[in-house]
Amino acid sequence: MKDRLQKIRNEAIAQIKAAGGMDALNDIRVSFLGKKGELTAIMKSMRDIPPEERPAFGQMVNEARQEIENSLDTMKKDLAAKARELQLKSEVIDVTLPAKKNHLGHRHPNSIAQEEVERIFTGMGYEVVEGPEIEFDYYNFEALNIPANHPAKDEQDTFYITKDLLLRTQTSGTQIHTMETQPLPIRMIAPGRVFRADELDATHSPNFHQIEGLVVDKNVTFADLKGTLAEFAKQLFGEDTKVKFRPHHFPFTEPSAEMDVTCFKCGGKGCRMCKGEGWIEILGCGMVHPHVFEMCGIDPEEYQGFAFGVGLERIAMLKYEIDDMHHLYENDIRFLKQF
Amino acid sequence: MRTSLKWIKDLVPGIEDLTPQEYLDAMTLSGSKGEYYVELDKNLENIVVGQILKIEKHPDADKLVICQVNVGQEEPVQIVTGAPNVFEGAVVPVVLAGGRVAGGHDGSTPPEEGIKIKKGKLRGVPSNGMMCSIEELGSSRDMYPDAPENGIYIFKNREDIKPGDNAVKALGLDDAVIEYEITSNRVDCFSILGIAREAAVTFDKPFCPPVVEPTGNDEDVNDFISVEVKDTELCPRYTARVVKNIKVGPSPEWMQRRLAAQGIRPINNIVDITNYVMEEYGQPMHAYDLSTIAGQKIIVRRAEDNEKFVTLDGQERTLDNSMLMICDAEKPVGIAGIMGGENSMITDDVDAILFEAACFDGTNIRLSGKKLGMRTDAQSKFEKGLDPNNASAAIDRACQLIEVLGCGEVVGGMVDVYGKVKEPHEIPFQPERINRLLGTDLSAEQMLGYFKSLELEYDADRNVMIIPTFRQDLLGTADLAEEVARFYGYSNIPSTLPSGESTSGKVSFKHRVEDVAKETAEFCGFSEGMTFSFESPKVFDKLRLDADDPLRQAITIANPQGEDYSIMKTTPLNGMLVSLARNFNRRNKDVKLYEMAKIYLPKSLPLTEYADERVQFTLGFYGEGDFFTMKGVVEEFLERAGMHDIVDYDPNAGKSFLHPGRQANIIYQGKVIGYMGEVHPEVCENYDLKTRAYIAVLDMPVITEMATFDRHFKGIAKHPAVNRDISMVVKKDILVGQIEKVIREKGGHHLESYHLFDIYEGSQIKPGYKSVAYSITFRANDRTLEEKDITAAMDKIIAGLEDLGIELRK
Repeated sequence: MKDRLQKIRNEAIAQIKAAGGMDALNDIRVSFLGKKGELTAIMKSMRDIPPEERPAFGQMVNEARQEIENSLDTMKKDLAAKARELQLKSEVIDVTLPAKKNHLGHRHPNSIAQEEVERIFTGMGYEVVEGPEIEFDYYNFEALNIPANHPAKDEQDTFYITKDLLLRTQTSGTQIHTMETQPLPIRMIAPGRVFRADELDATHSPNFHQIEGLVVDKNVTFADLKGTLAEFAKQLFGEDTKVKFRPHHFPFTEPSAEMDVTCFKCGGKGCRMCKGEGWIEILGCGMVHPHVFEMCGIDPEEYQGFAFGVGLERIAMLKYEIDDMHHLYENDIRFLKQF
Repeated sequence: MRTSLKWIKDLVPGIEDLTPQEYLDAMTLSGSKGEYYVELDKNLENIVVGQILKIEKHPDADKLVICQVNVGQEEPVQIVTGAPNVFEGAVVPVVLAGGRVAGGHDGSTPPEEGIKIKKGKLRGVPSNGMMCSIEELGSSRDMYPDAPENGIYIFKNREDIKPGDNAVKALGLDDAVIEYEITSNRVDCFSILGIAREAAVTFDKPFCPPVVEPTGNDEDVNDFISVEVKDTELCPRYTARVVKNIKVGPSPEWMQRRLAAQGIRPINNIVDITNYVMEEYGQPMHAYDLSTIAGQKIIVRRAEDNEKFVTLDGQERTLDNSMLMICDAEKPVGIAGIMGGENSMITDDVDAILFEAACFDGTNIRLSGKKLGMRTDAQSKFEKGLDPNNASAAIDRACQLIEVLGCGEVVGGMVDVYGKVKEPHEIPFQPERINRLLGTDLSAEQMLGYFKSLELEYDADRNVMIIPTFRQDLLGTADLAEEVARFYGYSNIPSTLPSGESTSGKVSFKHRVEDVAKETAEFCGFSEGMTFSFESPKVFDKLRLDADDPLRQAITIANPQGEDYSIMKTTPLNGMLVSLARNFNRRNKDVKLYEMAKIYLPKSLPLTEYADERVQFTLGFYGEGDFFTMKGVVEEFLERAGMHDIVDYDPNAGKSFLHPGRQANIIYQGKVIGYMGEVHPEVCENYDLKTRAYIAVLDMPVITEMATFDRHFKGIAKHPAVNRDISMVVKKDILVGQIEKVIREKGGHHLESYHLFDIYEGSQIKPGYKSVAYSITFRANDRTLEEKDITAAMDKIIAGLEDLGIELRK
């Protein structure tokens, strides 16, 4: 009996090892462990064994069964692993085949630049406001300390609708609207479209965009103007950017300045982009002129403020190295796709 | 404004050693922005004064001669030349071998790096240098009228130079011309003296303007001329002096060189003096031939309308009553501040002249010049609004120069018609206020130091600054603060961030909705374009708008840049179609564009109040996709804008620019929020767009009112849904929108969704009909639906559909 058991066991294990697939394993299980299997049969022949030997024999059978089952399991796992391996091997792809893209659209570089500027200033506590593009002469000029017949009016080559209404030549009028209507203190930027009678060429457009900034509070200083715009330049053009303020003249600020930044292409060494100067002119700024405050009903003895205006196209063209203004208004998809 | 650097250096001792770049950088930082400089001695190397000792014929060339030239070295240098004007003893500029000149003798555009001069042979004879024409030295006969038309420049009567001297210096070419961008408020800086004063403060050196001594003989100018100003508004001051026994001739070398460096052609001593003073003082002057002035009288009056006058350039001008004329007792002799007349022009045989230095109203001069289409140097100075006190100083300076140059006899006295004398004004001195504005901590003494250099006087008793009349730009403390800042140095002012009450950074709701629109468009493959706000009135015809279409009521620009840019757009379509067509004709495939920009609708015309500026979200594409692609983009956006209700599409949109069978108004909660459709083929043709194109225009102000970013979680359904498919045959003209409306209205509160899964027209369906199939989903939140719930709802839907004349397919 024992020998027979041993033989069955050996036979089963040998067959398992030789099995080529899951089906074969299943057949082996049935033929040895199934209801009509050999091990089951040997169990049934227990009654031919003397009763005192039965427990020991039973244990032997169970051990054999256990061994066969273990062997089956191991083999199953091996086979499964092999099969998985084969499957994976057969599924190798060429990962360099083209991507399946959704073909997202692209934002206009002017907008990207505008959003950059908005992000920087909202982060510093500024509110983004807007103003009308068809504006009264008063808001575009007079309230900004540019009275009738002022040469600055000529310089700006204004498009007029009527005697009193015009296409705004600067976003600065938004300063006036804000000071007239908003509670103090004020920290705002006003991006928007402006118009001047320039012919469209590589660097000019009769239709372009500016971003105005205004801060009014009791103790805002020229030093604050410098610090704020230096921070702006760093965030926009990079941490290493340095700024330089030069005296200038705007009718609605005093003192006034123009700000240059170190060329972000060459870092100030001088290159084609900065025409060898190492510096690039970026914006005009200054302390709000007391007369402008007065016209808005703000006491210039109590309040001080600074304002600045930056050309959006200029920023976009410099930052993205766009060499011709025409690109910005032609909407050629090959241009837009690059942003 | 431009200045000779040498002239400035002569007025500001102590800055002689500055290079043009150093000068320009420092001046820029103190407010006189230097744009660039031009070195007059650019590419001039190794050029000395030489004297021709001997001239011999060239053995093998008729047109060449061999010169032995003393260049201050032990041995003379042999130079072969073809110049016709050389003679033994002539003193000439010589470039030695190895040196460099700026250009060719024909005056053609010089090469960037000049021309290098080497030793060589001309027809076999060695030549070790070159004698130079004025053109080879980078200048012209305009600036050196004494230079010969064709040949070598020859120094005349120059006792001060000898062979071997630096010829560039001898010619006055050792100079640089600085070009400044002077801001309009600094009228005083449109003069050499103004710039020199700024330079003196910038470099902290003394400013030494010319000292003008009294001039004139014992005679009285009033015996020669009288002046009557009839319009003192337009002419606040008129000064006149007389010079007799005029000897017209060339002005001296130094004056010619300074004028030439300023870009002014030397003419003769009289003209040169007026130009010199205009440059130096910034005060235009005019010289009349006194013998042409009838009645010994000058009358300053307004012109008569349509008065004709011939200016000294020979042009006849037509004037009007707004313009100011200078007249004598009988006739006009000049247009005030712009140009003198042909009839009073000085000529070479003039005997006595009348000098005029006046002050005219700047605005009036500017407007007159504009009307006349003229722009003279004098005018560009006057229109800035000159200091009347400068007029007498300038005319005295001119008379001083007459005497110094010995070109006439100045008559004593000055006629001065000066009504309301312009007095210096005062600004309280508030150093703490200046520091508060600048964020600095400067002492009062430091500030007063700058002011003193700027010739602002401090009255310590009254603590006020007395502002000279040439600084008309200084009106208040803020202006004084700028003066302090400029000379303390903008770069020395600290850099801080504002303190004080904090504010919250924010963008408007409108801004957020627009951002969502832009993002959605981009997710859907549309790229952002930008087009101009103005366009041509012809676009209305291109878009097939009816003659009475309200969109034709556009705001017109009074002074446009041509008709193409003459009206403010009332529809965004033209910009979009032009952009699409441009892409199409550049062979770009499948182009999808969007624009977020305003249209400008007048509330009434002519415009008297703010226009209705409405932001339009415009989408357009051609290539892959159709009407329903566009519809998808619209609905994606509306959903992201929180507009989850059903969007209706009314095919009767009535848009003449869209395909009559493929257009719709987009309606949300009963309001038209935009329109969309396929572009009418004729409109495509008008835009040279040879493909089908689709557009959608959404009116952002209306959408912003309806949009919301509030979201409320409704839970995820726990109970199973039940689907029912329904298939029907309907008349072709019934819209699926009508079917869906029935499903929505009759489906009951368990209706969850419905989905069109088939639409078919063809052989198996009778003509004029289409087959439509929907899958309808029901669900309850609190239980599993039973058959009877579904049947009841479906029965109602079917009944509703039958009311529309729809039959179910079994």
